[in-house]
Amino acid sequence: MKEIVVISGKGGTGKTSLTAAFASLAKKNILCDADVDAADLHLLMAPKINQRSDFTGGGIAVIDNEKCSECGLCREMCRFDAIKENFYVDEIECEGCGVCVDFCPEQAIDFPVKTCGKWFISDTRFGPMVHAALGIAEENSGKLVTLVRHEAKKLAEEKNADMIITDGPPGTGCPVIASIGGATALLIVSEPTVSGLHDMKRVAQLAEHFKIPSMVCVNKSDLNPEMSANIEKFANDNNMIFTGRIPFDPLFTKAMVQGKTIFEYDEKSDTCKIVEKMWTSIIASSSINNNN
Amino acid sequence: MIISVASGKGGTGKTTVATNLAFSIGADVRIMDCDVEEPNAHLFLKPEIEEKSIVFTPVPEIDEEKCTFCKKCAEICRFRAIAVMDQIVLTFPELCHSCGGCVAVCPEDAISEIGRELGIMEKGRVNGIDFAHGKLRIGEAMSPPLIRKVRSSVESDKGQLGEKNVGKINIIDAPPGTSCPVIAAMKGTDFVLMVTEPTPFGLHDLKLAVEAVKLLGIPAGLVINRADIGDDTVKEYARKEKLPVLMEIPFDRKIAEVYSKGELIVEKMPEWKDKFRDLYRQINEIGSVKSASHKEK
Repeated sequence: MKEIVVISGKGGTGKTSLTAAFASLAKKNILCDADVDAADLHLLMAPKINQRSDFTGGGIAVIDNEKCSECGLCREMCRFDAIKENFYVDEIECEGCGVCVDFCPEQAIDFPVKTCGKWFISDTRFGPMVHAALGIAEENSGKLVTLVRHEAKKLAEEKNADMIITDGPPGTGCPVIASIGGATALLIVSEPTVSGLHDMKRVAQLAEHFKIPSMVCVNKSDLNPEMSANIEKFANDNNMIFTGRIPFDPLFTKAMVQGKTIFEYDEKSDTCKIVEKMWTSIIASSSINNNN
Repeated sequence: MIISVASGKGGTGKTTVATNLAFSIGADVRIMDCDVEEPNAHLFLKPEIEEKSIVFTPVPEIDEEKCTFCKKCAEICRFRAIAVMDQIVLTFPELCHSCGGCVAVCPEDAISEIGRELGIMEKGRVNGIDFAHGKLRIGEAMSPPLIRKVRSSVESDKGQLGEKNVGKINIIDAPPGTSCPVIAAMKGTDFVLMVTEPTPFGLHDLKLAVEAVKLLGIPAGLVINRADIGDDTVKEYARKEKLPVLMEIPFDRKIAEVYSKGELIVEKMPEWKDKFRDLYRQINEIGSVKSASHKEK
C-alpha cells in the first residue's frame, strides 16, 4: 500500500491545508491524521465518526497511602522526581517506568494502565479517515501515531484504496519518526524563511537517516523568492524532487474559516491550478512509484 | 521570572515573539530555545556561541561475564529496551527511558550505564542577552530530557529561581503541540505567553494549549499574530476564558519579509520596540499580581 506523508519540520507551513487539498483531488484514498497532539485535519474534513476507541498507553504509579510506610525508597529510586510530598505521585512527571512499583517493600504502589487518548475511524466527503486525539499533556504520542497509521493501512487494504495520504506532525522527534517509518515517500512542505529552510534541512536529514524518499515544495513562495530558490536548489542538490512553488494566498485562510478545502472554495483560482499540477506530479513521481 | 512562549499550533509566531521580546527588554535577559527538534531562535538573534556540549542520557550496558541471564532486567523494563534469550542479552538503547530499573534490579551487578547521545546544547551571548538552546540529534526520538537539560543548565533547583538568578528575566521558546515536550518546556515557569493566529486551526490548538496550561496552573496571556486574517472566534474564546489579549500583530507583508530574512522586527521596524516593552510590562504586572495573591493563600 502506498502512503505519502506530509511533513515540514517547522510548524505552520501549510501541511494540513495541502493534505486536505490533495484529499479533494485524489480518488480512492484513505486519509490519516498523524499529528495526534494538535490534530487539525478534521476541521476541514468534518468526519462522521463510525468507530471510537480508547488509546491506552503505559501504566502510571498510584500509591496506596494506607499501605505506604513512608520509607522513602520510591522517592529515592524515581529518576523523574514524580513522587511528591505526602507520597503522592505527580501524574505529569511519572514516566511510567514502574521502578517504584517493583521495589516498594510494602507493595503499596499500584500501576493501572492509563487511557491517554482516543482514536477514530470516520467517513468524510473524500473517503475514509483515521484520526486521533492524544490527551492533554500525555506521553506516548509516537505509539498513538503508529497505531493510527497501522489502522489506516488495514482500512486501505480492506477498501482496496490507491493510497494513504497522511498529515504529519511538525518537528523531528518521536511523533515524526513514528509518522515516517515505512512510508512510500514524504512531501516536505517548506516556506521561504530562514527558519523554514533550516527546519526543512533537518527533516530532510531525518528522511535520509531512515532512507525514505522525499519531495519538497515551497508554500508562500513569493514572500521571499530568493529563499524559495535556495530551497529548490537544496532539494535538487540532495536528490529530492522539487514539486513546485505555491504563492502566498489568503485563499487558504478563507477556505479554512469555512471548513473547506481550497478546491471547494475556489477551484478556478491560480493557486488551485498550481496545487493540482503539484499533486499530479507527486503521484506520477519516481519517489512514489519506484518503491514498491 | 520565567516566561514560556507556547502555542499549540506550530508556525504561529512563538520564536518571533520570544526573540523580539528578549531583544526589546535588553538587559538581564536570558533566552532558552527549548524547541529542540527545530530550534530557530539563533537564526534571529545570531548569538556568539561560547560553549558547546554533547548531552547524553544513561542507557544500560551489560557485562556478559557477570550476567546469569536471569531475565530480571527484561522483566522490570516497561519500555522493552532489554531482551534476554537463553544466553544472549540484547539492549535497545533507543527505547530506553533511563529509569535505572535494570541497574537496580540486577542481582549480579552486571549492568552499568553508558550514554546515548540526545543532541547538543550550545550557550552564548548577544547584545547582553544570554542565549542557550538544544539541538536534538537527527534520528533521536526523545526530546524532553534534552529540554530539561537546557533548562537546568541555566535555571537552578529544577525550575525554581536560585539566588544568582534573582532579577533575571528568563524567556523559554517552547515547541509546538501539547504533549510531553511542551510540558517539559512550560512546567515550573511563572507565566505562559500563548501565541496564536485567529484561524480555526489556531483556535483549536490554542484550546488544547490552554487546557495544558490550566493543568499546570500557570497564569497566561495571549498574543494574536496576523490578527487581521481569519475570524473573530479566537477573541471570543479569549474573552470567555478570561485570557487577556496582551498584544496583536497584524498581517503585514513587511513583517513577513523581515521574518523571512531572519531579521528582528524590532530592529527593522523600531516602532515595535515600545510595543514589545509594553508586552513585557503587562506580563510583569499579571505575574506579580498572581504571585502576590498566591502568597496570601
